[in-house]
Amino acid sequence: MVTLAHYLVLSALVFALGLFAVLTRRNGVAVLMGIELMLNAANINLVAFNKYAAPGAMQGQVFALVVITLAACEAAVGLALVLAAYRSLETIYLDEINLMKW
Amino acid sequence: MTGEAIAFYVLAAITLASGVVVVRSPNIVHSAVALIPAFLGVTGVYILLGAEFVAGIQVLIYAGAITVLILFVIMLTEGGTGLRLRQVNEQETIGAMVAGVIAALLVVGITRTGWHAGMGALPAYTPGAIGQSFLGPNLLVFEGTSIVLLVSLIGAIIIARKEE
Amino acid sequence: MPWYLELLRAIAGTILIFSGVAVVAAMFGVLLERKISAWIQSRLGPKHVGPQGLLQTIADTLKLLQKEHIVPRNADPTIFASAVLVVPLAALLDYVVIPFGTAGGGRPLIFRDLNIGVLFFAATSALVVVGILMAGWGSNNKYALLGGLRSASQMVSYEIPMGLALITVAMLAGSLSTVKIVDAQAHWWYVVEQPVAFVIFLIAATAEVNRVPFDLVEAESELVAGYFSEYTGMRFALFQLGEYGEMFAMAAMAVTLFLGGWRGPVLPPVLWFVIKLYALIFVFMWVRWTLPRFRIDQLLGFSWKVLIPVALANLVVTAYVVMIVQR
Repeated sequence: MVTLAHYLVLSALVFALGLFAVLTRRNGVAVLMGIELMLNAANINLVAFNKYAAPGAMQGQVFALVVITLAACEAAVGLALVLAAYRSLETIYLDEINLMKW
Repeated sequence: MTGEAIAFYVLAAITLASGVVVVRSPNIVHSAVALIPAFLGVTGVYILLGAEFVAGIQVLIYAGAITVLILFVIMLTEGGTGLRLRQVNEQETIGAMVAGVIAALLVVGITRTGWHAGMGALPAYTPGAIGQSFLGPNLLVFEGTSIVLLVSLIGAIIIARKEE
Repeated sequence: MPWYLELLRAIAGTILIFSGVAVVAAMFGVLLERKISAWIQSRLGPKHVGPQGLLQTIADTLKLLQKEHIVPRNADPTIFASAVLVVPLAALLDYVVIPFGTAGGGRPLIFRDLNIGVLFFAATSALVVVGILMAGWGSNNKYALLGGLRSASQMVSYEIPMGLALITVAMLAGSLSTVKIVDAQAHWWYVVEQPVAFVIFLIAATAEVNRVPFDLVEAESELVAGYFSEYTGMRFALFQLGEYGEMFAMAAMAVTLFLGGWRGPVLPPVLWFVIKLYALIFVFMWVRWTLPRFRIDQLLGFSWKVLIPVALANLVVTAYVVMIVQR
């Protein structure tokens, strides 16, 4: 029997993985991948709560779709930023993009 | 174990294993490619939860579009041509601790809580019903999302454009 | 039986049976391609193996099976090997939602009538790009990489007009299920009501399967063979299988959405489906052997500046008409 808690634990683990990537990766693209994992974890939560806590409602799935849309926006803008950084600074390693420190 | 449980554990294993590769692989292209089984595992979880439409959109947007975009940027930038020695920054230990503690807190919190099953029968989540919901009670969200889409479209074009 | 297990069974069955059918279809497709190209160019084409060269592809396949697998030095072996599986698998998954005809009692002959059928088709055909990019990068060859990058930009650009054409039809039929869309064409084929969407779908489908005039991905004179330059033997054959499988899937989807699927008088439904399918395949081949190739900027500009605005306008007009008719 798969319960709500199973899905929530899976989501928590995926979230932690994404967070770990965001905190430790040097590569800008890898950080974006971590963010995508975290958004996926949030989506699992939304859909799982929709099924178990409020069957009959639509809001969980509707918001999951909104999150997917926003993830696409985020990926487009984020990757555009990475490309712009690469063009002007010739690196996509975030700890080398430190012009503002001076 | 029921079929549902087997399916769930298989999907969870696929998602987490590829998630670990995404997070830890020293080769950035391997990370990006490992995103695909991770996203497909999450798609399977949506199907288990009866959210077919969300699952379809997940494959279309995440596996089909976002991963391709990520691979594209890796190949356009240096990430695809050479392997750097160091892919992780000096926060590795503390980052692992933070992520581990958060995961542990969440898991303990989730398993200690008695979740109330909601009332009501599960309706058929058809694309039609989701569309009605978007254009009915959730119209404001829908419009807000479209504005964000437009803004990010323009923003991405302006940021990525070559300077004249 | 819960439906997700059925879905798994349907997918497994599809892969088993259609890797058989698609292998045959692809082999026949290759022969057809060579014969048609020969006919268009006033040549004879394969003639020696078997009667009228019918067994030529079998001979070619046997030859490819015996060849050595070469992995280039400095290639990424994992990605290089797994790309070969992604492309044909993604192409074969398309067949899950295509109704081929009716069995006894009017039951549609389909693996699984998903109520997100059209969306499923769009999603699985989008997965092919990933395989192509993996092949391009994994080969560690500049021509392969360039071919893969071109393919990614091309397929991502042409997915949008294709999706818009799919949505237009789905809106007219009021459903994403392929069976319901075929049922909705009992009176009129959608090619009559939606000629614009049909043309857009055909153009986008040609671009999605990387055929002339959109074959920049594997333009011989510029890129050797594009993303599969480095593949030899059976791996090369698997890419060809994926490509022909994808072409047949696109044609089958066009038949389902615009040409009334299995519907037709007198002849049995499955035969009608096959006739329409091969008519479209002939169109694809005819276009391939008579048109020159685009340039990459023309190709992308054509999608973004012509196809997408036209498809959007078509969608809006259709939505208005549907709303007025329903009122």
